[in-house]
Amino acid sequence: MRRLAFILPVVLFLMVAAALGLGLRRDPSILPSMLIDRSIPTFDLPGVVPGDTLGLASSDFTGKPVLLNVFASWCVACVIEHPMLLRLQAQGVTIHGLDWKDEPAAGAEWLAQRGNPYTLIGSDPRGRTGIDFGVTGAPETFVIDGSGRVRYRHVGPITPEVWAETLQPMLARLETET
Amino acid sequence: MIAEIGQLALILAFMLGLVQSVAPLLGAHRGDSVLMSLGRSSALLQMVFVALAFAALATAYVTMDFSVELVAKHSHTTQPLPYRFSASWGSHEGSMLLWVLILALHGGAIAFFGRSLRETLQARVLAVQGMLSAAFIGFSLFTSNPFSRLSPVPLDGTELNPLLQDPGLVMHPPLLYLGYVGFSVAFSFAVAALIEGRVDAAWARWVRPWVLSAWISLTIGIALGSWWAYYELGWGGWWFWDPVENASLMPWLVGTALLHSAMVLEKRGALISWTILLAILTFSLSMIGTFLVRSGVLTSVHAFAVDPERGFYILVFILIATGAALALYAWRAPAMRSGALFSPISREAGITLNNLFLLAATATVFLGTFYPVFIDVLNGEKISVGPPYYAITFIPLFVPLLVLVGFGPMLTWKRDTARAVLRRLRWPIAVTAVVAGAGLLVFGLAKVGAALAIALGVWLIAAAFMLLARRWGLGRKGAETGRLIRTTPLAFWAVAVAHAGLGVGTIGVAAMSAWTDSEVATMVPGQTIEFAGHRITMDALGPATGPNYQAEQARFRVEERGQPFLMVSEKRFYPSSQTQTTEAGIRREVMGNLYISVGESATPGAATVRLWWHPLVEWIWGGAMIMAFGGVLSLSDRRLRLAMPTRKPVPVEAAEVAG
Amino acid sequence: MRRFVLGLFCALLIAGPAAAVLPEEQLTDPVLEARAREISRELRCVVCQNQSIDDSDAPLAADLRTIVRERLSAGDTNEEVMAYIVARYGSFVLLKPPLDMQTILLWCAPLLVLIPGGLVVALYLRRRGQVAAAESIPLTDEERRTLAAILKTGDAP
Repeated sequence: MRRLAFILPVVLFLMVAAALGLGLRRDPSILPSMLIDRSIPTFDLPGVVPGDTLGLASSDFTGKPVLLNVFASWCVACVIEHPMLLRLQAQGVTIHGLDWKDEPAAGAEWLAQRGNPYTLIGSDPRGRTGIDFGVTGAPETFVIDGSGRVRYRHVGPITPEVWAETLQPMLARLETET
Repeated sequence: MIAEIGQLALILAFMLGLVQSVAPLLGAHRGDSVLMSLGRSSALLQMVFVALAFAALATAYVTMDFSVELVAKHSHTTQPLPYRFSASWGSHEGSMLLWVLILALHGGAIAFFGRSLRETLQARVLAVQGMLSAAFIGFSLFTSNPFSRLSPVPLDGTELNPLLQDPGLVMHPPLLYLGYVGFSVAFSFAVAALIEGRVDAAWARWVRPWVLSAWISLTIGIALGSWWAYYELGWGGWWFWDPVENASLMPWLVGTALLHSAMVLEKRGALISWTILLAILTFSLSMIGTFLVRSGVLTSVHAFAVDPERGFYILVFILIATGAALALYAWRAPAMRSGALFSPISREAGITLNNLFLLAATATVFLGTFYPVFIDVLNGEKISVGPPYYAITFIPLFVPLLVLVGFGPMLTWKRDTARAVLRRLRWPIAVTAVVAGAGLLVFGLAKVGAALAIALGVWLIAAAFMLLARRWGLGRKGAETGRLIRTTPLAFWAVAVAHAGLGVGTIGVAAMSAWTDSEVATMVPGQTIEFAGHRITMDALGPATGPNYQAEQARFRVEERGQPFLMVSEKRFYPSSQTQTTEAGIRREVMGNLYISVGESATPGAATVRLWWHPLVEWIWGGAMIMAFGGVLSLSDRRLRLAMPTRKPVPVEAAEVAG
Repeated sequence: MRRFVLGLFCALLIAGPAAAVLPEEQLTDPVLEARAREISRELRCVVCQNQSIDDSDAPLAADLRTIVRERLSAGDTNEEVMAYIVARYGSFVLLKPPLDMQTILLWCAPLLVLIPGGLVVALYLRRRGQVAAAESIPLTDEERRTLAAILKTGDAP
């Protein structure tokens, strides 16, 4: 019984060390999305580009799997990501845009300068829809399936690796589901 | 050139560390004095070489040698000299070298001052210390080399993070490290004792000053960090339960337990296995702390550039060091029992309870800090553990502990009775009850927690004073008080002072938690606000410059009871590193601090002014410094530093005459 | 000017440490504002290092502070406001971790050490105490006198 008390410290320590060792492989700053496998929140946003009467609404997310990209004119990483998005658009991928915490005029100007990869764009100057999506910054990209449910969220710019390894296979799989 | 000398010195130190790890251990096992003395000489030489390496790095920093990569990353031509020097430890690689330096210094000290120790014990202690040294120097050399060169050499460097360009932050890491690494001595002694299979009063007597000095440094280091955060971060917080802060608190808590446990061991020969376990745990927590800061396993404002690979190396090392030590403990400690007995009401028992509470507090902080990692590993979920958790778990633990602290020194060794100790403490108990009652009456149930916490602080101060009063024979007929005061040993003063310091700190914490007042307003020059009994007028709002920054500065005229004084607050921008800081204006008054902090305002020509009233906040750090001073008093007591009579050779004639 | 006076008035009514809340954000109702501050202190800023949204300067923190106030003004209880934010950002955002099967170990940490430890210590002390009690021998008169002398002067006679 007494011996047990002496063995306890080393046993507890080994458990802690193992947990810490495994913890090294995790990234404490990655926050998983709360919306995975849930329907997107209901929203109806006006357009960004002058003359755009459609805007973006939650009802637009039915039929086929699409990407929803959160961007802003003040976002530096979005500039880096932008060419990739244009390339994806050329390949036929449907990307909707959410202009987050941005003046519509600034967003429109930014797109006019760099090109518009988006099928539909919504303006969210107060950021409320972004918060409903649990957005923590720009850029972020959501993979939404044909029935309007969020299946994945990627934080940060979409790199060729991210597209090839994660997003493309996911979209392909979702296409076969519908 | 200098960097290469440093590099070479470090490599040599590493090799010496390897020698130091093996030779004396072998020597102690075989009884070979030559091998054992090799431990001493390699420890001393290693100390010299590590010092040389550190001096090389510091020189590179001070002379702005931007060809050394580290210097280029943390120094700048406009950086003031003191901060060029302190940048030596303002990075992961540099601070690791500081850690290694202090480790080597302690190893050298054991070699130099420990000649009166039993030879085999000293040899084994040096061997363990050598293993620690070699491992950390190896870590530095192979994964975090401070001397790597940069080519092409940049014209100017990236400056040290402006937040670190501050006198408080200059001293904070060295003091902390003296604490963390100072506990390595206790660790080495504990492991050596386990290898030897015995612990005696001489062991405890030798270890205690080292534990004390490490504890003093850690206390001051933590207080300094907290004080710095208060005046630098711009909103008057002083403790955030941030993982890295917790990493410094845990060794302090266990180190305090170790300090008291070692005292019992020295005086009464009891609590042997407790002391050994605490000695192992304290330094292990120091190492886990350094793992935490550098591995990226938790996010923290304090973290150095995080690198899971480096973290892995440190973890492996902790696994080996602590794992082996605890395994040795499980194997050998059960046989190392003392015969010393004591009754459930005695000072030994009090200290045992003290150990228990401190361990519980440490476990709480440990779980709070690492639980997010455990849960993430278990099922990928992310949770947070913040100040609300600690308020519910840690604080309630400290209340009974602080009550106990008042009783502890009043208990006699071995046997005491509850009635006797309560009688000795009747005056402090009465004073505390009066203060508690008055507090409840004046502040009512709304502030019952704070009132009781203040009463707790008063209890500690009163009990400390009672300790001295009893010693001085106050109120006792026929006592020669003057003489008794003069002959009070420093170590006795130390207990009273340290525990009183704890009381002062408690009062500060209580006041800050309950009676902080604040306001926020948009102000333009010429505007006046009334706050906390002061009239505050913004006199001017405009730009200002410093050696390496530009600022938007606000000047305030503050009047309190007709006495006007000036307060300044500014928001600084450092162009080299593109960072912003807020410098608050702080006015220290008797009952508290007036704290002003400015920020931008959407209204042009105005500033967002935040005002705080921080009652008795300086008592928090004052209390900590008083505690540290108590430690210094204890260390200064000659009785502690005369470790053992030195063995002097007996002159031959005297022996013949005696025979 | 009116906005400033209003803001100042509100600020004066609030007794609690202000950190990052801007005058423009504060609610007019002091009870609601106090609740908002309380809730904000328990919500983590997800883009900062270990700060609450009450303390953080980050834009997202400001947005969340505003949302907390909007929900409170709409009549939500404190729990409902927290649930609203948790639904969007997860339990990560709670600075006070929830009490459930996963976190029971965390919440019971102090007791887990104190109770078994206390039992062990209590048994240990009882055993030792019994033997110690048996061992004590009273002082002789000579010893008693020596003791009195020491207490009086601080020196042995």
